[in-house]
Amino acid sequence: MRGKNKIFYHNFLPYLLLLPTGIYMGVFIGYPILETIRLAFTHPYTGEISLYNFQRLSRDFHFWNALKYTFLLAGIVIPIQVTLALGVSLLLLRRFKGSNMVLYIFLIPLTISDVAAALIWYNILTGNGYLNRILINLGLLKSPLHFFGYQYRSMEILAIVITEVWRATAIVFVIIFAGLQMIGKEYLEAADVFGASTYQKFRYIILPMIKPSLQTALIIRTLFAMQIFGVVWILAGRDIPILAGETYYWQIELKNPNVAAAYSLIIACISIFLGFLYIKLLKPEYLER
Amino acid sequence: MVSVRLENLVKRFGKVTAVDHISLAIKNGEFVVLLGPSGCGKTTTLRLISGLELPDEGRIYFDDSDVTYLPPKERNISMVFQSYAVWPHMTVYDNIAFPMRIKKVPEDEIKRKVKWAAELLRIGELLDRYPHQLSGGQKQRVAVARAIVVEPAVLLMDEPLSNLDALLRMLMRSEIKKLQRRLKVTTIYVTHDQVEAMVMADRVAVMNKGRIMQIGTTEEIYNKPANLFVAGFIGSPRMNFFEASVSDTILDTGYFKMKLPEEMKQVLEGYETVIVGIRPEDIHPVERGIPPGVKPIELEGRVDFIEPLGSDTIIHLKIGEILLLVKVPGSYIVEMGRKLKVALDFNKLHIFDKKTEKAIL
Amino acid sequence: MKMYKGEALKMILTYALASIIVAWILVPLGLIFISAFAVPKEYYNIHKLIPLAFTTENVYTLLFVLKAWKSTLNSLIVAGLTIAISFALGLPTGYSLARFMFKGKDTFKLLIIGLRMFPVIVLAIPFTVIYLKIGLADTLIGVALAHTAMSLPFVVLITSSLFSGIPVDYEEAGMVFGLSRFEAFFRITLPLALPGLAAAAIFVFIMSWNEVFIASVLVLVNRTLPADILVSALNAPDPLKFAAGFIMVLPAMIFVFFARKYLIQVWGITIR
Ligand SMILES: Nc1ncnc2c1ncn2[C@@H]1O[C@H](COP(=O)(O)OP(=O)(O)OP(=O)(O)O)[C@@H](O)[C@H]1O
Ligand SMILES: [Mg+2]
Repeated sequence: MRGKNKIFYHNFLPYLLLLPTGIYMGVFIGYPILETIRLAFTHPYTGEISLYNFQRLSRDFHFWNALKYTFLLAGIVIPIQVTLALGVSLLLLRRFKGSNMVLYIFLIPLTISDVAAALIWYNILTGNGYLNRILINLGLLKSPLHFFGYQYRSMEILAIVITEVWRATAIVFVIIFAGLQMIGKEYLEAADVFGASTYQKFRYIILPMIKPSLQTALIIRTLFAMQIFGVVWILAGRDIPILAGETYYWQIELKNPNVAAAYSLIIACISIFLGFLYIKLLKPEYLER
Repeated sequence: MVSVRLENLVKRFGKVTAVDHISLAIKNGEFVVLLGPSGCGKTTTLRLISGLELPDEGRIYFDDSDVTYLPPKERNISMVFQSYAVWPHMTVYDNIAFPMRIKKVPEDEIKRKVKWAAELLRIGELLDRYPHQLSGGQKQRVAVARAIVVEPAVLLMDEPLSNLDALLRMLMRSEIKKLQRRLKVTTIYVTHDQVEAMVMADRVAVMNKGRIMQIGTTEEIYNKPANLFVAGFIGSPRMNFFEASVSDTILDTGYFKMKLPEEMKQVLEGYETVIVGIRPEDIHPVERGIPPGVKPIELEGRVDFIEPLGSDTIIHLKIGEILLLVKVPGSYIVEMGRKLKVALDFNKLHIFDKKTEKAIL
Repeated sequence: MKMYKGEALKMILTYALASIIVAWILVPLGLIFISAFAVPKEYYNIHKLIPLAFTTENVYTLLFVLKAWKSTLNSLIVAGLTIAISFALGLPTGYSLARFMFKGKDTFKLLIIGLRMFPVIVLAIPFTVIYLKIGLADTLIGVALAHTAMSLPFVVLITSSLFSGIPVDYEEAGMVFGLSRFEAFFRITLPLALPGLAAAAIFVFIMSWNEVFIASVLVLVNRTLPADILVSALNAPDPLKFAAGFIMVLPAMIFVFFARKYLIQVWGITIR
């Protein structure tokens, strides 16, 4: 009996333990993905299989705008986030009194939702916000700066960028800082001993060595950027159309799950494509076997 | 090419005092070896000299300039790290070239020097490889090559040969030594291998628990150990030690007595208990005949154990509870258990104060 | 303190930059707290640099007049359910990955890691259709099940890493002294992993508490707090928006304050 038990443990127990997760993934992830594809390729009115949804999108300037703004925001926000995260990581690599406190504080936004972050910056940037209060009370401005509203769309983008940088730099930072800490300190010491300047150390030792973390950070950030929603929706509504926002709009406002599914599918495809692109482009050759 | 002077250096890590008031003057072009057991503060001393670590007390001078608080990159030094620190994202070639690139050496000269260093260290075929494709010993040689190509003012090496096989180690020892002679670069070399230390060094600094116990030439360290630690640490097999009480010129161990020459009376004046030390090669079996020049002190003991080592044999001789190791040529045969008369060479006798552990004689 | 030559200036610069970073994060947070409790009259008076009269009225109105307490409660329920479901599923899986060698393990792991990257908002649309069929439409459990798609890979990776860090010897020692494998797990490994698991739970809580897209697509009546705010914020007067921001920020920050050391460890695991 015990012998049988043992065989049972070794052959079946690991799979048995995976089973719940496996079933969940099949039912709640695998099947919905298939369902997304089915919905996206189903005509919303006739129920036939068709490319109707995609044709409809391609004629919709909101779609092209959404695509444009999603990429535009990612293109502005991500470089700023990576630079900032890298800078803060390097700063915190120099251990100083209170550096741990700074670390924790910089991580706070990780816990703050996009909706809340949007409200936090709305509080600062709106007409009665603190930025305008300061500028007006200092006599630098007569009437408030406007960040919100359709006619101030470029300012809306600025507000979104500030909010995204404030909110989501922390995740990039966590990844890069972890990578930096994994660099053995003797590698940097060796550079010191041989007379490398701070810049040379950064350019020739640190940067190449954190390439894998940089890659991870870029992938994660880019994928999240393709799903950007809450911040834009709160701060700009549909003034600045974005892919996830359009998905929401078609689903909730227009009650058309087919077009919404087409949007979802496009987000997924772009994400997967970008993920592969980064992995291909950024693979550090010294790790290759 | 500078002289290096350490003055009362102290470095503490929390409760541990890794370096404890070290003073050391190293001449321009000198090859000094720091020798000592694991954890005695060799690496820390080296890191203080390199500027990677700042001392809690004391000063460091290169020639006459105070470099105590100068960052490493301004000290014109080069270093072989105990952990190699060969950069994983650079090929062997780039690793060796990097220090020269920082110094803006022209590429063709870099090429020449990398080739030269790689050949010297027998890593010529590895230049295109990445460190993860190298063995520990190969990485170590890359680290050495990287350190010697820059012609620094001070060359610091932290156990640079620890991971090589015996043959390669001997080869590299002489290559490094020859190179150092030729370049006349002031070198501080860390090892815990006493043979390596004694072969390579102009002077050896024996360290223990963060202090320098003695500094001197190989000959001085071996023949005139300044204290019990150095006497015991240098030499293999280890020096024999036994405790004896002093009365006049008689040393009494409780198992046997030794009568020293009359002139020792003054030297031993005031000591009650001493520790006597004699190296195994300075004890001679009487029956083999006593070599000329030996001032014999004869003793009799029982052969307790024999370790034949081929060219030599180590005899464990018991006199009461005292164990003496005697080194004799391998050709000399004795049986276990028999009685054996030996002569200690008074000229080679070391006597240490039991309290201070310092050498009296 | 001992310093290199020229280091003093660098240190000053370091502290200056550190202060800027701290201010960059804390000032906006402080300002939303102020605005959430500012007397509206003071807030609307732009010639006051900072409102100085405070009231709990904004928060009160939001919670009890606009019934945001209900959506707050919904959010808590969803987060609680998400924690329960993703741990019920993920804990055994993490344990299995940590303790056993078996065929297909690497593939499974890769699947989990891939899922971690998968844009979960893609799932929201089909969920609405599927939930209609199986009667989960507009239910909190439905939202929690969807949030699980987001949190499950993290729970699996975190727990597997936690269990790997606890030597199997401990368990085996327990089994030698007569515990069954399950008892050994519950009485030895689980208690040892508890602090890490708690941090992981907080992590899941924050994920679910903050998630807005799935929640607002799946639930139209019983909205969670972020979904509620997303829909109603646009029409609410500003002071209520700030009160809402305050309520959303508060619990996550409290949790993080108490578990900050562990959370960094957990974040470290999830991004590996
Ligand atoms: N960064 C550090 N933090 C705390 N203690 C340290 C540190 N570096 C060294 N020590 C301690 O200082 C003492 C001296 O260490 P050191 O590395 O100098 O020894 P070593 O002589 O080089 O030994 P080995 O031959 O093993 O390399 C040891 O007790 C060590 O534990
Ligand atoms: Mg060492």
